[in-house]
Amino acid sequence: MAATSLPAAQPRALRAVRKFASQYGLIAVLLIMPVAFGIHDLRSEGDLSRLGNNLVDGLSNGSIWALVAIGYTLVYGIVELINFAHGEVFMLGSFVSAGFFGTIGLTAATGVPGLVAGLVLTLLVSMIALGVLNVMIERVAYRPLRNAPKLAPLITAVGFSFILQNVGLLWRGGSQQGIEDLIDSQKELVNFVGLSITHGDMLAIAVTIPLVLAMTAFISRSRLGKAMRATAQDPDAARLMGINVDTTISATFLLGGMLAGAAGLIYALYQTTIWYFQGFTAGLIAFTAAVMGGIGNIRGAVLGGLIIGGIQQISDNRIGSEWTPAIVFAYLVLIMVFKPSGLLGEQTREAG
Amino acid sequence: MTAATAAAGSSSRRGLDLPRGARIGLAVAAILAGALLPLFVDGGGGFIDDATVALAYVVMALGLNIIVGFAGLLDLGYVAFFAIGAYTMGYFGSLFHITANHGKGIHILVSGPAANLPGIHLNFLIIIVLAIVATTIAGMVIGLPTLRLRGDYIAIVTLAFGEIVQRIAINGDEIKAFGTQLTAGRQGITPVDKIDLPFLAPFTSLELRPWYWVAFALVLIALFVNFRLRDSRLGRAWIALREDEVAAVSMGVPLVKTKLLAYGTGAAFGGVSGAFLGSYLNTVNADQFQFSFSIFVLAMIILGGLGSIWGVVVGAVVLSFINNRLIPDVLNDVPAKIGLNFDLTELSFGIFGFLLVIMMVLRPEGLIPERRRQIELQSGIEDLAVAEESVYEAKVP
Repeated sequence: MAATSLPAAQPRALRAVRKFASQYGLIAVLLIMPVAFGIHDLRSEGDLSRLGNNLVDGLSNGSIWALVAIGYTLVYGIVELINFAHGEVFMLGSFVSAGFFGTIGLTAATGVPGLVAGLVLTLLVSMIALGVLNVMIERVAYRPLRNAPKLAPLITAVGFSFILQNVGLLWRGGSQQGIEDLIDSQKELVNFVGLSITHGDMLAIAVTIPLVLAMTAFISRSRLGKAMRATAQDPDAARLMGINVDTTISATFLLGGMLAGAAGLIYALYQTTIWYFQGFTAGLIAFTAAVMGGIGNIRGAVLGGLIIGGIQQISDNRIGSEWTPAIVFAYLVLIMVFKPSGLLGEQTREAG
Repeated sequence: MTAATAAAGSSSRRGLDLPRGARIGLAVAAILAGALLPLFVDGGGGFIDDATVALAYVVMALGLNIIVGFAGLLDLGYVAFFAIGAYTMGYFGSLFHITANHGKGIHILVSGPAANLPGIHLNFLIIIVLAIVATTIAGMVIGLPTLRLRGDYIAIVTLAFGEIVQRIAINGDEIKAFGTQLTAGRQGITPVDKIDLPFLAPFTSLELRPWYWVAFALVLIALFVNFRLRDSRLGRAWIALREDEVAAVSMGVPLVKTKLLAYGTGAAFGGVSGAFLGSYLNTVNADQFQFSFSIFVLAMIILGGLGSIWGVVVGAVVLSFINNRLIPDVLNDVPAKIGLNFDLTELSFGIFGFLLVIMMVLRPEGLIPERRRQIELQSGIEDLAVAEESVYEAKVP
């Protein structure tokens, strides 16, 4: 699409530069921070353990973003809508989890078997609750507008994100709330060549990997997954082939909401503070991750989530956490400039 | 069902089709009423305060309307232009650069108390021009990366820019350049110079009528520019791009220039309004520039009707009164009365979000729809209905 809008005749050298920039520009931009700080570490400390620890934390943080980003990417792939409310669904995931394990009486003193069983139960409850919520949002806010101009569902999405934010505000008040540190998340579990891996890191990885594997298997193997891919490709043709498009879209929102619920639980246990505004930033970061990986592509969303997690940790640790959102969003803009289709994505209708 | 939608469509269309004379009369009456309003109310009261802020929001909404309503580029970072306009006011009309000119200050065409203070103090009109220049450039810079993109991607990039600007505003007090901070962060730049116009006494915070009239004049200018632009070649190019980008480009509409001009002009109004509000509210504070404010302005133009100039004016006035008067003053104790323990003001953005959803689902064309968009929305439905009917008839032998 961009080809129609750009002047067709360009000097060959310029075209070559453009091609090179769009192929490697994004990767180069991504490598700036780790390489720069890696050199800095080698000069001043002689080893890379600080950068390594940043990246380990980045991976576990990034796995949370990956789960949220999959929700964006699934929904975008199928209805071409940025589900702005998704970050808030993630936030409510944290709230539901924290509320639920408080209710069933899990504390840090609970024994390991009880804790594991309780957390698995919490995970299920959170996933189901948020999956259902996401389906309901789709029913109320997006389905009536399916044939409306594209601006319309985007605006209701923004509206819903504010509504959910206020639900969170009413639920737990306007300030950050500490919750019970059930898994002793900052305690070191293993120390491997100077890299410290904490309980929180383990939990994030242990929940994310099976979920992502299950999700990809579901989408590539199951009948419903096949229907989802068909609908994403061409809703009208899918309908002609006898696929119930409405059900398929609902299922997509269900899956996205479930992953956001899981991410909410991990976030609550990992950070041990939750507040109503966490969803806004998290949503934008996860969206950046989804775009970075190539929107509509699940593997891309995971990759993007992990990369963004790394960038975020490096920036938190070196530059200051108050600048992190600005840096992540600057990356978002750079991706849009260099390669709107992302690392693994194909060209879409929107981001030609 | 089809009969009902058709009837609803034709009735609302008939309701809008006033004769040209009546429409001009209505507009003149509205302008006269607006101009004379301050004479009948207390010059230092809460009402005129709210009305002045409402007018400033109208200017901003008219600017965003150019970007979103005319050109169809969903901008979710409009607050960035408000911020840049307000900081222009803060930089060139306050004590912020206290060391400028070795503590003696720089003064250009200012009178009154500001003339003897350190810091940079320029005349309000100069600051307005500077704000327009700064925001136009900012608008074009924000527009550049979105040129290749469409739809949702534009929304997210503009949102990202808005957030970056807000982050810089909040954390700018850590950055030192030329001996001063970049921004004053959450503490805010305060006090800010009062508006100082030639031939008039400097404005005070006790007598609000002059502020109102300045805001009103800004609204009139914004309205004039909006109408002239909409009916110009450029305005038609915007609408063509909004309706179908590929078709417009292949008909020879210059894409880059047209889009960048939309961002630039729209942003300029945000800057003017931001400079005015900076002076009027007497502070330029990073907490003013949150994402929710972008949505607030967007809700105004959605409520009024995307692309419809009078609709946007109505939407901005209504929403700003809901925000500044109805929610904090009139309805705030309602939750307490029915036994709930929260402040309604906390929920104002939830209310606006709800309003956005309801408007989009029930009346996407807004309170006072733009004719073109209304016809599009309704004839779309009618065509569909006709098609369904013909299929149905074909089945009947």
